[in-house]
Amino acid sequence: MTATRRRLLLALAATSVLLLLAGLAAGGDGWSAAGLMQLLRDPDAGLIIGQIRAPRTLGAWLTGALLGLAGALAQGLFRNPLADPFLLGSASGASLAVVAVLAAGTLGAQGLGPPAAGMLSRVGLVAAAFVGALGGVLLTLLLARGAQHTLRLLLAGVVVGVVLSALSDLLTLAAPEALRGRQVFMLGSTGFLGWDSCLLLGMGLVLTLPAALRLSRTLDALVLGEDSARSLGLALPQLRLALVCLLAAATGLAVSQTGLVAFVGLAAPHLVRRCAPGAHGYTLLASAVAGAVLLLAADVAARTLIAPQELPVGVLTAVFGGVYLLLLLNRQREA
Amino acid sequence: MTVALRAQDLSVALGGRTVLHGVSIELQPGWTAIVGPNGAGKSTLLRALAGLLPRQSGQVWLQGRPLDDWSVRERARHIAWLAQQGQAHGDLTVRELVQLGRLPHLGLFGAPGPEDERQVDEALQATECAAWQRRRLQQLSGGERQRCLLARALAVCAPVLLLDEPTTHLDPPHQVAVVRLLQGLALQGTVASVLHDLPLALQADRVVLVRCGRVVAAGRHDDPALHAALCEAFDHAIHIQRIGTRFTALHKLG
Repeated sequence: MTATRRRLLLALAATSVLLLLAGLAAGGDGWSAAGLMQLLRDPDAGLIIGQIRAPRTLGAWLTGALLGLAGALAQGLFRNPLADPFLLGSASGASLAVVAVLAAGTLGAQGLGPPAAGMLSRVGLVAAAFVGALGGVLLTLLLARGAQHTLRLLLAGVVVGVVLSALSDLLTLAAPEALRGRQVFMLGSTGFLGWDSCLLLGMGLVLTLPAALRLSRTLDALVLGEDSARSLGLALPQLRLALVCLLAAATGLAVSQTGLVAFVGLAAPHLVRRCAPGAHGYTLLASAVAGAVLLLAADVAARTLIAPQELPVGVLTAVFGGVYLLLLLNRQREA
Repeated sequence: MTVALRAQDLSVALGGRTVLHGVSIELQPGWTAIVGPNGAGKSTLLRALAGLLPRQSGQVWLQGRPLDDWSVRERARHIAWLAQQGQAHGDLTVRELVQLGRLPHLGLFGAPGPEDERQVDEALQATECAAWQRRRLQQLSGGERQRCLLARALAVCAPVLLLDEPTTHLDPPHQVAVVRLLQGLALQGTVASVLHDLPLALQADRVVLVRCGRVVAAGRHDDPALHAALCEAFDHAIHIQRIGTRFTALHKLG
């Protein structure tokens, strides 16, 4: 590992520690040392920090890491720097499933049948979002007839995204009470993260990150083109499918816990490549940490910028991410 | 003499159009240049020989064994392939790119050992890339990138080397260097290269002429029948002339 790459990883790790501390200190009344001292004297401090701020802070870090990893996987897999983790239908699939659960009552009254509607309402939003995200990717894979062709996969993802979004719109029209829930889901929020979420997200990261690192040389070889990668003895269809599964698992887990948090998956790999470009093994690892830092920074900002009110974290990441991409485009034009 | 790679009645279609029509070819140890007009099917032939294209009919044998009987990784250790105008963009350094050539030996999960690093060093030196091995691919010119890709193919250390236009983007000194390199490699193994540059192709031990998806002539570089077939295939826009012990092709410019 070169010195630049090592320095970036160290800087990201150090920023992570600072932001984790900031996440513990940031409360509903914003930043204040006096507030923090008062909280520490409070007998309920353990409850507030231990049960609310700590899981939320850690959960935001883990969600960001999964999104950063998924973004780096998507951009390596599609060899496109504008690819994002939601490209294969996971976002629209999760959104549709969430709307279906929220609209279950109305749908039951409108003829879906009480058993089906009852089952939907019992599923719960988190499970629905996860299953929906995986379902969206599965549908994309079916439409693309596997993962052999990158372009077909990409087009199938776009089609699935459009169709499932249209279905969500249709459901929302039939059951307007689902609109608010859908909106919250689409804006993304770290407010509901608890220790259960952290456990799930942590397990997801522990499983997907090492597996992605093991497969990273496939992404390196794909830089040479499909034929050259195959000539190196790589079973591309199977490896690509494995990478798509990792991408779907990482995205599905993140989406199920926080809703759609935009731009983290897109911006994190860009940030890493800009500061310390390298082989995919490094980019995947550093993008995961960069994604974690970005989302946690956005979460702390969302909690404190207009305290005591809270901004949806997805709105902040979208604004920051959009400005960052605009800057990037401007710099490229100047170059 | 042992035939390293042999194809019999090979037919290949691309996008519904048959590009190769029952081609039979034998690649013996030494350097074979594959030449022909644009769209003749040279690159398709090379890809089919490397097992990278599905065949409509026919069979390819590697060291006497049908190509389909080799595992993908085993085949990759025996045939190194360089793509026509190969891609090499992104954030990898030159050395990281060349190290990919060791994948057939290491697999996805193996870590490169001293022997792998030695082979990478040799490939970098043979293609004169060693001086800028820490540079990233996006910082290279077309010619420099082509030499890196050639180094990546050499790093495989395969007994059969299939190169699709290895001299593309290279300036004359580096074209000559590649020819010398191929002549050296041909002493230890089998090299086949598609070449558009006829003077360079005539430096090979054997020349195979492909036209309209068929092998229409094949022979040693000094074979008069081959020279006649080359002139005809290129609409008599060239003539072949002896210079010392070798032959070269000159354009008829009026």
